[in-house]
Amino acid sequence: MSGQLAQYLLSGITIGTIYALVALGFSIIFNASHVINFAQGEFVMIGGMTTVSLTGAGLPPPAAMIAAVGLAALVGLALEKFAVEPARRAPVVTLIIITIGASILLRGLAALVWDKKLHTLAPFSGSAPIEIAGAALLPQSLWVLGVSLAIVLALSWFFGRTLLGKAMLATSNQGVAAQLVGINVRRVLLISFGLSAALGAVAGILITPITLTSWDVGIMLGLKGFAAAVLGGLGSGPGAVLGGLVLGVAESLSAGYLSSAYKDVIAFVLMLAVLFFRPTGILGGRTAERV
Amino acid sequence: MKSIRIAMAAGGSLLALTLAGVLGAGIAAAQEPIKVGAFLSVTGPAAFLGDPEQKTLELYVEKLNAGGGVLGRKLQLLAYDSAGDADKARTFARRLIEQDKVDVIVGGSTTGETMAVVPLVEQAGIPFISLAGAVVIIEPVKKWVFKTPHTDRMACQKIFVDMGSRGITKIALISGAGGFDKSMRAECLKVAAQHKIEIVADETYGAGDADMTAQLTKIRTTPGVQAVLNAGFGQGPAIVTKNFRQIGMTVPLYQSHGVASKEFVKLSGEAAEGVRLPAAALLVAETLPDSDPQKKVVVAYKREYEARFKSEVSTFGGHAYDGLMLVVEAMKRAGSTDKAKVRDALEATRGYMGTAGMVNMSPQDHMGLDLTAFRMLEVRRGDWSLIK
Amino acid sequence: MIARFVSPRIEGLAALLAVIAALPLALSNNYFYEVAILVGLNAIVCVGLNLLIGYAGQISLGHAGFFGLGAYGSAILSARFDWPPLAALAAATVAVALLAYLIGRPILRLRGHYLAMATLGMGVIVSIVAATEDRWTGGPDGMSVPPFKLFGATLSGEGAWYCVVGALLVAAVWLSLNLIESPTGRALRALSSSEVAAEVSGIDSARQKVLVFVISAVFASVAGSLTAHYSGFITPSKLSFFHSIELVTMVVFGGMASTYGAVVGAAVLTTLPQLLTVFKDYEMVVFGAIMMGTMIFMPKGLVPSIGTWVGGSRARKDLR
Repeated sequence: MSGQLAQYLLSGITIGTIYALVALGFSIIFNASHVINFAQGEFVMIGGMTTVSLTGAGLPPPAAMIAAVGLAALVGLALEKFAVEPARRAPVVTLIIITIGASILLRGLAALVWDKKLHTLAPFSGSAPIEIAGAALLPQSLWVLGVSLAIVLALSWFFGRTLLGKAMLATSNQGVAAQLVGINVRRVLLISFGLSAALGAVAGILITPITLTSWDVGIMLGLKGFAAAVLGGLGSGPGAVLGGLVLGVAESLSAGYLSSAYKDVIAFVLMLAVLFFRPTGILGGRTAERV
Repeated sequence: MKSIRIAMAAGGSLLALTLAGVLGAGIAAAQEPIKVGAFLSVTGPAAFLGDPEQKTLELYVEKLNAGGGVLGRKLQLLAYDSAGDADKARTFARRLIEQDKVDVIVGGSTTGETMAVVPLVEQAGIPFISLAGAVVIIEPVKKWVFKTPHTDRMACQKIFVDMGSRGITKIALISGAGGFDKSMRAECLKVAAQHKIEIVADETYGAGDADMTAQLTKIRTTPGVQAVLNAGFGQGPAIVTKNFRQIGMTVPLYQSHGVASKEFVKLSGEAAEGVRLPAAALLVAETLPDSDPQKKVVVAYKREYEARFKSEVSTFGGHAYDGLMLVVEAMKRAGSTDKAKVRDALEATRGYMGTAGMVNMSPQDHMGLDLTAFRMLEVRRGDWSLIK
Repeated sequence: MIARFVSPRIEGLAALLAVIAALPLALSNNYFYEVAILVGLNAIVCVGLNLLIGYAGQISLGHAGFFGLGAYGSAILSARFDWPPLAALAAATVAVALLAYLIGRPILRLRGHYLAMATLGMGVIVSIVAATEDRWTGGPDGMSVPPFKLFGATLSGEGAWYCVVGALLVAAVWLSLNLIESPTGRALRALSSSEVAAEVSGIDSARQKVLVFVISAVFASVAGSLTAHYSGFITPSKLSFFHSIELVTMVVFGGMASTYGAVVGAAVLTTLPQLLTVFKDYEMVVFGAIMMGTMIFMPKGLVPSIGTWVGGSRARKDLR
């Protein structure tokens, strides 16, 4: 019995870490610009698909991965520069539609540049499962967990210790005040998109050996990552990670013990519950609204 | 000022697009080719159905025209992308019938799209060959609707026969959320008892799910499971297969004909070793014995497709090939493109060898395949091999 | 009393009526009729949604859920339980209105992105349930829907449907315009510019928001029921997140806070995929580019932007 539970937990944590990385991407952009970037899932797709095609073309995997992350970051920068910045003063609904249009555009381009089939990458260190407490964990999952942990630590160092990171935090807290003390808010916005895109791409590369990738893999991942971000608190880094893990484990447990058919519903029911009872998320603070 | 110019540009381009569309339609009507209409899921969740289907139709319309056409007239293919959406499919079918005035329709990559179009086709009286799998398309028989792929019920039966021959009586079923999955699961549940198979576990996973270890763990702890059947399609089965080996399950794993492709083997990696599924002979074309009656057709299609598109042949493309060729044969036999005559000729198809198998249609059977059309295949060393 | 009906907005309505009456001259076959009917049905949903998004300043990324509930409600009651279609439509509409009322209160306490996410979540949940409960709904492959019967006579043929949908669209626009000029409408406009100020001046914002939410849900539900009967078929994709996005895009593209904008938006975005087929493989890319481009360069939407271009602020007010 406990072997079952261990399996559910481990699987839940693995997929939860991916949701966490996507959620982090959402949070970073939301922090800097109060924009929900519906194209976040496409960065995950770009990371995976680019690596697949570059390794297929003969590039050694590490070089392909770096190139993929770089490409995604460029796309993120382009998205901010050409789509979000011109429409900065537009109402929330308009911005939502712009980013959704961007995600459709990116998917359409992906289908043209690559193809519509499923692809996979070789696992980084083999596929022999590791036995832990009666459950089988793929070595790739350890990579996912390890790299994600490293990223979260690096980000907290970045936001807490470096000038640029602190500038980004300041912009999210109080845009006008940040400008007044000389922070280039436009540049902060640009960097936040690039950073989020890179994060998404890393997530995409990490999970492709486990969950495969294709031109439209970004849709569901984007939605779930979004739900995770809201769960943990939009704009909160630790919240995004917590939200992702909670979501992943909740899904896995409900598939195991309740109904596997309604597993996807769990994610959104949880999110709704949080929105109704604690809208700022598990780790989001209470916000005061200026009248 | 800038926004005014942009608005004008947008308005102008919209106008230009409309004109282009209208003119294009006009030009097409000026010649007298035989019009073959198609609506396929070239993009969207069923893209790897529609994409090879469209490529196949384009390739063979071209080939037929190069050989002089049919009944002395050229063929013209009008294909629309319905993206797996039943409403788009319906609107495009309406467009093909009313606006483009096609002579016959080959299409409907998914069951949902096909069923949405059935009332239109029946009302308009135009022969329609569906490329989708569910048995509900031809059962009950509809006058103008035919189909080329094997039904999901046949897949279940073929698998159950194989299981029976190995002494398997208790199995677990795992399927996804898509239309194909649900339809096949329902059919398998229906026919299991006839083949003395008992389904002791029935798990499901969602579309786009990345991890099925929870469901498989539940199956593993169910007593008496001698084999697992994954009635799935798309990305799910590859993940199921990988998870299956990951948690160390050793009972035989059967997949559906929906993943009968090299793709599936590549995606599942080593985990695919030993997986069995029913498939058209197309997959093992070259390894068929020369005496096999299907060998000539499938090898020819495989070579032509792969030479042109530089990618692996797929059984779905094969269904489109069969659809087109059946229609062409029917037109030749009827000696005209009159819709009623073509329909009657289609219904009278006997002994036609397609990529799916031998087709013998009748007024009660608008598909024409039997269980021999399916071959049981097993993955060995990363490739398909026929189970004798 | 007559004066209430003969007002400036009668010009717009008359123009709409004239367009609907004259359009059949340009519709040369059933395919064009079908597109026109689909435009009309989408326009009904958009007019209602526009009240919510444009006037009340709320967001709903799950409105396809109401559309689909109306559609499935009608479909299941008339196909599986042999109800007369009119009764099924009425029952489905009442049920949807009730549901909108019940979830409206808690959901509309949220604002901005949180509201967007909550409505999105509701929409996704409804669509998953519809796809999973295949015994009732036919699952992902959908189910057939019997034709619509009005007092014993079957409504069939594109011409008849065109008249029905056209009439309903005019009615919907008239209702919407009336609502906007009513005290409720003014309360909504106050709400959307500043909720706190509106409450301070005595407006019960929660009640007003829920009222508009229910009205827009009802519009969507009726349109959904009719779509199901017209197509003869319904699949869960009509409930999907994509469809919700399509509806919101139609409203925003046509122009928020503009009833006629909603109609124009529905017309353009319903016919656009038909026009884009010339682009074949590039269709998705072009569609995404158009979505982005029009939002970036015309953030207020098509009709208000054209209004500003044509005559400045005076024209903008008249177009309401």
